[in-house]
Amino acid sequence: MKRRYLLGNMAIAHACREAGVDFVCGYPGTPSSEIIDTLRQVQNPGFHLEWSINEKIAYENALGAAWCGCRALVTMKHVGVNVAADPLMTSSYTGVTGGFVLLAADDPFAHSSQNEQDSRIYASFAGIPCIDPSGIQEAHDAITDAFELSEEFGLPVMVRPTTRICHSKADVLLGELSETRRTGSFTKNPKQYVVIPAHTRILHRELIEKQPGIIKRLGECNFNTAEIRGEKAVIAGGISAAYARETVPEDISLATIAAYPIDEEWLSDFVSRHTEILVIEEMMPVIESAVREAASNQKIYGKKNGYLPYDGEFSPATVAKALAACGFIEENPYLAVQPAENLPIRPPIMCAGCMHRSTFFAMKKVFKDGIFPSDIGCYTLGLQLGAVDTTICMGAAITVASGINLSGESRDVVCTIGDSTFLHTGVPGLINAVYNGSDIVVIILDNRITAMTGHQPNPNTGQTACGTQSPPLSLEALCRSCGVSVVETVDPYDLTNLLETMKKVKAGRGVRVVIARQPCVIVSKREGVKRRRYMVEEETCTSCRLCVRYGCPAIEYHEEKASVNDLCMGCGVCADICPEGAIRQEVKR
Amino acid sequence: MNPGFDIMIVGIGGQGTILASNVLGEACLIEGRSVRGAETHGMAQRGGSVESQIRIGGIHGPLIVPGTADLLIAFDLLEAVRYRHFLKPGRKMIVNSQLVLPTSAFTSEQAILTAADITDMLSGPETTIVDATAIATAAGSPLAANIALLGAASHAIPLDTESLLEGVRRCVPQKTIAINEQAFLDGRAVLQP
Repeated sequence: MKRRYLLGNMAIAHACREAGVDFVCGYPGTPSSEIIDTLRQVQNPGFHLEWSINEKIAYENALGAAWCGCRALVTMKHVGVNVAADPLMTSSYTGVTGGFVLLAADDPFAHSSQNEQDSRIYASFAGIPCIDPSGIQEAHDAITDAFELSEEFGLPVMVRPTTRICHSKADVLLGELSETRRTGSFTKNPKQYVVIPAHTRILHRELIEKQPGIIKRLGECNFNTAEIRGEKAVIAGGISAAYARETVPEDISLATIAAYPIDEEWLSDFVSRHTEILVIEEMMPVIESAVREAASNQKIYGKKNGYLPYDGEFSPATVAKALAACGFIEENPYLAVQPAENLPIRPPIMCAGCMHRSTFFAMKKVFKDGIFPSDIGCYTLGLQLGAVDTTICMGAAITVASGINLSGESRDVVCTIGDSTFLHTGVPGLINAVYNGSDIVVIILDNRITAMTGHQPNPNTGQTACGTQSPPLSLEALCRSCGVSVVETVDPYDLTNLLETMKKVKAGRGVRVVIARQPCVIVSKREGVKRRRYMVEEETCTSCRLCVRYGCPAIEYHEEKASVNDLCMGCGVCADICPEGAIRQEVKR
Repeated sequence: MNPGFDIMIVGIGGQGTILASNVLGEACLIEGRSVRGAETHGMAQRGGSVESQIRIGGIHGPLIVPGTADLLIAFDLLEAVRYRHFLKPGRKMIVNSQLVLPTSAFTSEQAILTAADITDMLSGPETTIVDATAIATAAGSPLAANIALLGAASHAIPLDTESLLEGVRRCVPQKTIAINEQAFLDGRAVLQP
C-alpha cells in the first residue's frame, strides 16, 4: 500500500493492475485516453493491450476475452458508448464468464466533446450495474469491485467517471499489484453465446431475474450512504456527492449514490424520514426520478422543477446556489464575481506548423464556393479558418458529404477526415459513397497518428499500443480497394503542389481522394526533426496581413508589420503565401 | 467549505502548469497532507488557455469556486487577467512578466494589448510581477520558468521549502534537476515575504 499524487485515469490504470487485468483495449477519447496510455508504459505487462480502431471493435474484442474467462477492460468516452452500443445491449444477455468492465468516461460541460450524454442511461438500458464514483479514490476502488461484481453476476459492469475525476488529481492509496494471470479458454455453449431468438428470449428472462440480486449486493457493498441529520435532506450522486459533502450544512441529512440500480426500499426509507429533499446530479435526472417515485408527500427540488440545470458541469458553487434557492441555507456563501471582459480569446488552436492548416488553406482557395463537411479530431479546429461546415460524430464526414451531394446540391462538396477517424468508421462511408455514385472530394488529413487525444498509434502509424512495429496500412491501396479511382497523395508543406493537386481533383468527377500526408508536428519535434525557422524582412513587408489571416500562432502583427515568433516550426508555408516574398528562412547564426 | 489552501495556476497549454501542480501535490504527500487538483487536458492543450486548481488540505472535490482562491500563479500576463476573479479579495497573485498574445488578438478588430497595458490592469497591492523566464534562463534553461515562478510564489504557499524542493526533484526530468533546483531557489530569492 502506498500513497501517491495521481491523475484519476492513472489511479484507474493502477487499479486495473491491482485487479490482475488480462485484456485491455479501447479507442482514445477525452477524458478516457490516459488509462490505456498509462498502461502502455508498463514493461512486460503480462496482459494484452491494444488501441482498437473503434469502440465497437474494442468492446467485441474484450467481450471475446471475457467469454474465455479472462478479466477484460474496455475504455472509451461517452460518445464511444454509442458506437459500442450494439454489442453492449446484447452482451448483458449473453453475460460473461470472466470479469468484464466497461469504463465509460462522461464529459459534463462537453469540455472536449460533441455532446453531454449520460452513460448511466446506457447501463440502465442494457440492464447492467453502474458504479458512479465521487472522486479518484472511489474510482480506483471501483475497478476491483467492478471485476468482482462482474464475475459474481456473470454480467458486464460499467464504471462511469466524469471529466473532473479522470482529469483531476488526488492523494490516492494504491494497493498491491496482482500476480494472478488467466489464460483464455473458450467453452462452447451456444445457448449462451448464440443469440438466435430461441436462446435470446431465455437469456433476457435470466437478465431480468438477476436484477434483485444485483440491487441487494450493491447495498451490501456500501456504495450508497445515508446520514440522517435533520428534516431536510440532500441526495447527490457522482462527483456532485463530493461537492455536496463540502457544502451541505451539518443539520441537513445527506445521502450519496455511487452505484446503480438504486435499492428502491433503501431510498424510500431515507425519503420517508424527511420533509424536503434536494437532489443533485450532473446531466440526466436518474436519481431524481427514483426519488420522485419513492416520495409520497415530500417536497422534491431538482432539475424537473428548475432548481438545477440538465446541462453543464456542477461545482460547490452550484450546490450552494441550489441550497439557497430551496431555502436550505439563508444565502449563498460564495461571492458573486465577474471575470474581466473584452479580453482576446485564447481557444485551442492548431499548432504552429500543423500540416492541416495549409491543407485547409489550399482547399478554401481552390474550392472557394465549396461546402466543407468535417469530422472529429484536431482538424475540427479548422472551424476557426472557415474550413469546417459540419461536424456530427466520428466517421461522418464522408457520409454527410455524400448526402449533401446526392441531395442535389450543385456546389463542390469537399470533406476532411483524419487518418484515425477514417479507420474508425470512415471506411464504410467511403465504400458507400463510391458505390452509390457520389460526386465528392475526400481529403484524408493523414498525420500518421491519433493526435488530438494525446498521440495514440493506429494501424497507420506502424506501431502498436505497446510499441511493437507492425506494417503500416496503405491508405492508397485501401481507398483504391474501396473503388476510388482517383487517389492523390501530397505533402501539405508543399503549397504549390497542394494547390495543383486540388485544382486537378476539382476538374474530376466521382469520389476523388486526396491524402495530405505529413507527420504531426508535435511528434516530429519529439523525434528530433529540426527545421530552420522563418523570419519576416521588415523592409519588404507591405502589411497586407495575408500571413496573419493564415492563422498560424507563430505569426504576430505589431505596429503594422508581421513577425515570426519562437513557436515557428519551419514548415515554410507562410513564405509561399507571402505575395511580396518578405518571409524567408532565418540564416544560421 | 474547504478548510485548506486553494491555489490556481494558469497559463497557456505547454507552459508547464501541470508540472508545477505536480510539484505541489508531491510536496503535500511529503508532508502527509491530503490534496486535490483539477487540470485541463485534451483539446485545450493546443495553445489554449489552461488552468490547474490545487487544493492543499482538500478532502472533497477538486474545483475551486471563483472568488475563493488563496493564491493565483500566472505564467502569462493575459491569463492573469482572465483568471483574476478566482482570487479571494486581498489574496496574492504572482505573475510572470511574459506575454504571449493569442492569434485572435491579431485577427480581431480589437486594439492589440501590450505588456504595459496589462501590467496597468493588474496593478494593485495583491499583484507581484516577476520575470521568471529571465531567472530560469540565468539558472540554465528558459524551460524552468514554471519552477522559477513557483519559487517566487513559495513564500505564500503553506508548505515547507524543503518539501517543495523535493517535489521539484521528483517531478522534473532527471538530467534537469540541478537547473530546476537553482531556478526555484533564485525565484524564491527574488521575493522576500
